[in-house]
Amino acid sequence: MSLLSVRDLTVKFAMRDQTVTALNGISFDLAKGERLGIVGESGAGKSITGFSLMNLLSRPGYIDNGQILFEGEDVVQMNDKRLRNLRGNRMAMIFQDPMVTLNPVLTIGQQMIETLMAHRKLSREEARQIAIVKLREVYIPSPEERLEQYPHELSGGMRQRIIIAIALLLDPQLIIADEPTTALDVTIQADIMELMLELCQSNQVGLILITHDLGVVSQMTERTLVMYAGRIIESGRTREIINDPQHPYTQGLINALPQQTLPGQRLKQIPGNMPGLASIPTGCAFNPRCKYATDLCRSRVPETVHYGEVEVACHEVQRLNSDEDRQEARA
Amino acid sequence: MSTEMLNPKQQPSRWSKAWNSNMGYSFRRNPVAVVSMVVFLLIAAASFLAPLIAPYDPYDPAQIDIMNSEYPPVWINDSLPEFLLGTDDQGRDLLSTILYGTRLSLLIGICAVALQAFLGISIGLIAGYVGGRLDSLLMRLADIQLSFSTLMVAIIFLAVTQAMFGSETFNRYAIVFLIAVIGVAEWPQYARTVRATVLAEKKKEYVDSARVLGFGPMRIMVRHILPNSLSPIFVISTVQVANAIISEASLSFLGLGMPPSQPSLGSLISSGFDYIFSGSWWITAIPGVVLVVLVLVINLLGDWMRDVLNPKLYKG
Repeated sequence: MSLLSVRDLTVKFAMRDQTVTALNGISFDLAKGERLGIVGESGAGKSITGFSLMNLLSRPGYIDNGQILFEGEDVVQMNDKRLRNLRGNRMAMIFQDPMVTLNPVLTIGQQMIETLMAHRKLSREEARQIAIVKLREVYIPSPEERLEQYPHELSGGMRQRIIIAIALLLDPQLIIADEPTTALDVTIQADIMELMLELCQSNQVGLILITHDLGVVSQMTERTLVMYAGRIIESGRTREIINDPQHPYTQGLINALPQQTLPGQRLKQIPGNMPGLASIPTGCAFNPRCKYATDLCRSRVPETVHYGEVEVACHEVQRLNSDEDRQEARA
Repeated sequence: MSTEMLNPKQQPSRWSKAWNSNMGYSFRRNPVAVVSMVVFLLIAAASFLAPLIAPYDPYDPAQIDIMNSEYPPVWINDSLPEFLLGTDDQGRDLLSTILYGTRLSLLIGICAVALQAFLGISIGLIAGYVGGRLDSLLMRLADIQLSFSTLMVAIIFLAVTQAMFGSETFNRYAIVFLIAVIGVAEWPQYARTVRATVLAEKKKEYVDSARVLGFGPMRIMVRHILPNSLSPIFVISTVQVANAIISEASLSFLGLGMPPSQPSLGSLISSGFDYIFSGSWWITAIPGVVLVVLVLVINLLGDWMRDVLNPKLYKG
């Protein structure tokens, strides 16, 4: 049985004059200890997916339809008490900006001990010992002293380590990391990613990594979902998606990487912007930006089909592929 | 090797932490704040130690002699040296009466503000955190409460209770009634400020991360949001203590507060008011000066605190 199984998840936002659909029938599975990347531009619904998995959407967002089975239990149907038992305890989340994620008026120790004591029957001293062990695991030097410090006394990388330690405090089965390194500088990014990879592997913890950094995804994850305008448009093994993307959008994303461009040339960006949720085009949401778009793409939402090694939602995937073959043949 | 070398960083004491903090520094650098604090502490200490340092007990009828009434303070002719600030119309030593009266005024002020703060903070937290209809309802209640002036509510309430319980019972429990009415009349000040801060705080990511860790709404409100909303609460509290003391004095002056047998500063001022034109100005003037000084120093401290805690002034 998979650890997490999302079926046909639909999330809507009730705005004043209309209801917009932020997630449209998302389905995916995650095995125990598996690492999954979710990529896409801003506004694709990546973070909304993360929040929905914990059933943490706040007004005006709500889960309209679908199932989120976590260890066999449906998170959507859980009452508040069971949700509180789930959050932090069996499923943890790491946010983007470590500068604002820790409560500024409580010491690191107070925050860690509080978290432990809220979920487990422990004495303060036992909780403190666990906190110290967890801080050691994330390579924080002299953890006893750190416990007495406030967040503002620590650097960004240190704080993100502490946040990871807090996420691991209760030995969750799944960690959802929402752009965990975007706010950090590049050298520390690599450290933090390495640390997360190591911790996930050694503790058999599942990871959902939400990011727009394809480089990070390729290093960290085993499988990848590519999202666009609230739908999964391509999914499969990370290696296949990075090396041989099928959907024109995924191809565009990879071609837009600075590494794909020679010095002095312009970056090959995808023309246009992600549509707003209120104005998603009919048919395939990507059609206005897609150079392969046909009348069919403008009128019907593509089904997800198995093509090559991946699942892809594109009408023109076959033509596209033969087109590519021709290009390759010519080259 | 000594233990001190193993632990080079001695944990600083709470006092030295406070003294070396931003607030401590700005306090030391601000002479107005220092003087106000000293004056306030003097008045507070003197009044709370009144039973020990006052030369007479103004509540003990055996020590009062009506023949001693209306002696002027010692620096005026015809005074008696044992009455430093003179006596009032009933022959009580004015110094002792002022000390006891200040004690009552401060007690009522602080307790009323504690009640206001309790009501206002709870309501403001709930309104801000829960939001939606409950928020609208609570804030409209606050608007309604604010549209009555404090004094009007207090006068109606105290007059009705005085009529209901008779003046003897009323006088006995006057402190409780005053605290209750001043406390209840001013809660919206707190509720509105707290709600505004909570609305700003609850959007911050540490609140999301607390929810992600599985904390319940009570814990998030009290332990995470409230401590981050404290600075405006401190600022209003100082101003509100001064306001509550003034409200109490006004009510007592109108005869709806402390009875003349247990005078607060307001009732002392009021009882001396009848004698002001017969020459005994000191019965009104001296408690009046004490009241003004007390309220002034509290307000000056509040001003200083508002400047220090104003995020626009110290954050970039």
